[in-house]
Amino acid sequence: MSLLEIENLSLTIGETQILKDMELSVAPGEVMGLVGESGSGKSMTALTVMQLLPYAARATGRVSFDGIDILAASEDQMCALRGDDIGMVFQEPMTALNPVKTIGEQVAEGIRWHTKTTRAAAEERARKMLDRVGLPEAKFPLSRYPHELSGGQRQRVVIAIACALKPKLLIADEPTTALDVVLQAQILDLLLDLVAESRMGLLLISHDLAVVTEMADRITILRRGEVMEAGDTARTLSEQLHPYTRQLAQASMHVPARARPHDTSQGKPLLQVEGVTRDYPGRRASLFRRAPTIRAVDDVSLSMAPGQSVALVGRSGCGKSTLARMILALDKPSAGTIRFRGETVTGKGEAELKPARRDMQVVFQDPYGSFDPRQKVEKLVAEPLHVLDKKPTRAERREMVAHALHEVGLDQRDMDKYPHEFSGGQRQRLSIARAIITRPKLVVADEPVSALDVSIRAQILDLFAELNQKLGIAYLFITHDLTVARAITDEVLVMHDGKIVERGKTNEVLDHPQSEAARALVTAAPDLHRAIAKRMQEQG
Amino acid sequence: MTTYLLKRLAISLATLVLASIVVFAVLEILPGDPARLMLGMNASADQVELLRNQMGLNAPLALRYLHWASGLLSLDFGRSYTYSVPVIDLVRERLAVSLPLALIALALSTIIAIPVGLFSASRRGRAGDTISMGAAQLGVAVPNFWFALMLIYIFAVWLRLVPAGGFPGWSAGVWPALKSLLLPAIALALPQAAILARVTRSALIEVLNDDYIRTARAKGLPYRAVLWRHALRNAMIPVLTILGLQFAFLLAGTIIIENVFYLPGLGRLVFQAITQRDLIVVESVVMLLVAAVIAVNLIVDLSYAVVDPRLRSRQ
Repeated sequence: MSLLEIENLSLTIGETQILKDMELSVAPGEVMGLVGESGSGKSMTALTVMQLLPYAARATGRVSFDGIDILAASEDQMCALRGDDIGMVFQEPMTALNPVKTIGEQVAEGIRWHTKTTRAAAEERARKMLDRVGLPEAKFPLSRYPHELSGGQRQRVVIAIACALKPKLLIADEPTTALDVVLQAQILDLLLDLVAESRMGLLLISHDLAVVTEMADRITILRRGEVMEAGDTARTLSEQLHPYTRQLAQASMHVPARARPHDTSQGKPLLQVEGVTRDYPGRRASLFRRAPTIRAVDDVSLSMAPGQSVALVGRSGCGKSTLARMILALDKPSAGTIRFRGETVTGKGEAELKPARRDMQVVFQDPYGSFDPRQKVEKLVAEPLHVLDKKPTRAERREMVAHALHEVGLDQRDMDKYPHEFSGGQRQRLSIARAIITRPKLVVADEPVSALDVSIRAQILDLFAELNQKLGIAYLFITHDLTVARAITDEVLVMHDGKIVERGKTNEVLDHPQSEAARALVTAAPDLHRAIAKRMQEQG
Repeated sequence: MTTYLLKRLAISLATLVLASIVVFAVLEILPGDPARLMLGMNASADQVELLRNQMGLNAPLALRYLHWASGLLSLDFGRSYTYSVPVIDLVRERLAVSLPLALIALALSTIIAIPVGLFSASRRGRAGDTISMGAAQLGVAVPNFWFALMLIYIFAVWLRLVPAGGFPGWSAGVWPALKSLLLPAIALALPQAAILARVTRSALIEVLNDDYIRTARAKGLPYRAVLWRHALRNAMIPVLTILGLQFAFLLAGTIIIENVFYLPGLGRLVFQAITQRDLIVVESVVMLLVAAVIAVNLIVDLSYAVVDPRLRSRQ
């Protein structure tokens, strides 16, 4: 018998149809993967089961959990279920915990509420649960506050809250999307262990097909609120009978077509980084003692040829973004020099940097946050033009914007629109248009596709590859996603604790990693091919 | 935490010294000779000069500042020209009215505002929210003396529950004294409560969209428990800021209410001292208020740290 059974579920919020005739079931001890792109209704399915939907939402159909009709249940009944029989883990570990309460209070709170036990008994159980999720008492006493913990540690606390009372069903909504691959692998292992321990059902929601394939026994593929395909993970993904399933799988493994990389042996290097170090003052323990320094980047040297595409990979906090900021002359190295087109950029003033700024641009991770919502596309894309020596006339400016938009596959009429009129993928095209409008020689891209859905991500990767071929732009891709590195770069630099620990041709490094840090990244990275093969073996 | 505390303390002391210099300087620059004012228009130049010497008005500026400032530290504010009594006695007498009045008004404002803010935020956009925020809008718009007059009419004239004005003094007993402060405190508290309720509501609404609220709901806590246990404390920072500002206002900005109720408070003291050019009294009361405001700000800063652990660990 199923633990959770969803039949003919339709959901509307206001006038918008979110889910249509949704079907899904989870058995005890089973992992059900719910896959879909953003806006497909995955999270709303979870919130329907929890009955934590927005005020204007209306659900019809049948949702039954352990024999209880969820859609007809009263708020009191739901309160008794939530946190006791159904636990939920959310996407954003950085904000999912109350900043003004200790982790002990937050884990113990649900235990006390449901079991009506004493504070001491609840805290003892909370302690055991935190130990279980890998936060031992010596380093993580109950009195710790969330801000004293890293993202991965906070997600463990959230899991401890959700699993404290051994729920029958755990819903995990993109539990690892905000974490780097090594942490992701650890958290997923923890979830599988918890499932095995108490025959808990797990509804795992993710946009990442590889992650779901590694984890789930069965899989449900959702698109625009409708179930496209559902079944055993191995069979579904190996046969790929449904066109949308095939489309998703192909997009996940997409490698853009690129001619052989530019010849990098001859000519002057475009970028030379020599012995660059960056220290930050750490936290001061006392008023009278000097603060210890934290070395974010430690004696890093690298060189890039014109037109070359290089990946800088590493776990979060390894110093890759700090290094990128120094290359872009947005931050000053504590030691070492950076040369761009043969000229030193370190230690120069803004006016002297102008010619260099013209030739290097940046693309950020978040296509939603990187545009001023009150400005039109024309102005946003034209922003970097102020580094030109001669200020272009209005007509010239429009001409240049139109050209840049055309190059990234947008229409020139789009320049009179506002950012909110574009989808996530289109916005990332806009930020690429903004980056290439000055005809730069180097584009630094900080996780440029990690916020995008797989099919959009494939298109954007194609665009990067095309611009590399057509305009000869060199790329420095900063990422923790090895599939991106593999798809689009010639060389890879692996960074760990501020140092570059391994470098070489992308395929060689990713197929035969030598350093421990690189090996950790490669083994932890979800890979759809590998995951399907493993599933096939297990499920026959 | 100690670093935070020491830093706040140092900033407060520096502000106090700076403020004292400004207060002293401003009153020095203002036209009008206190000696002449005290002696009246018919006094001769010699008499004025004699008094100026007596009062130390002819000493160098810096010396006079130091003398005045050290006097303040030992609570020796000098003598009032018009009342001919030590200023400290005047102030003490007036504070016995103004301080309890401010505290009662502040307490009332908080007791009204926080539940209204919670109620409104939890029913955002529904009838209860619209009604209570409409009332708050009215409370902000209507001046407090109008409330005062209405209160007098209803509770003193019509129901005869409390006196319409005046202050019997604490020697007449705690209850009669409190009774005469009740109406002015309510009149003062209503507009303040209206502002505070709006601030509480908007701070709560912002906090209620945060992810940890959803985490708390997923634990099985009912909505009301989430509101009290998780949302309120996170919404406290803007509320505390406004409370601090309101206390400073309630201590000294109550002159209209004091006049409506014939209360011998600090506001009236300053007002009379200014019209009579009793500079020593003005200086002293202003310094006292500055010190009170700085102290309240310090308390507010420290309460931020109590509410938010992130401020404790930051430098």
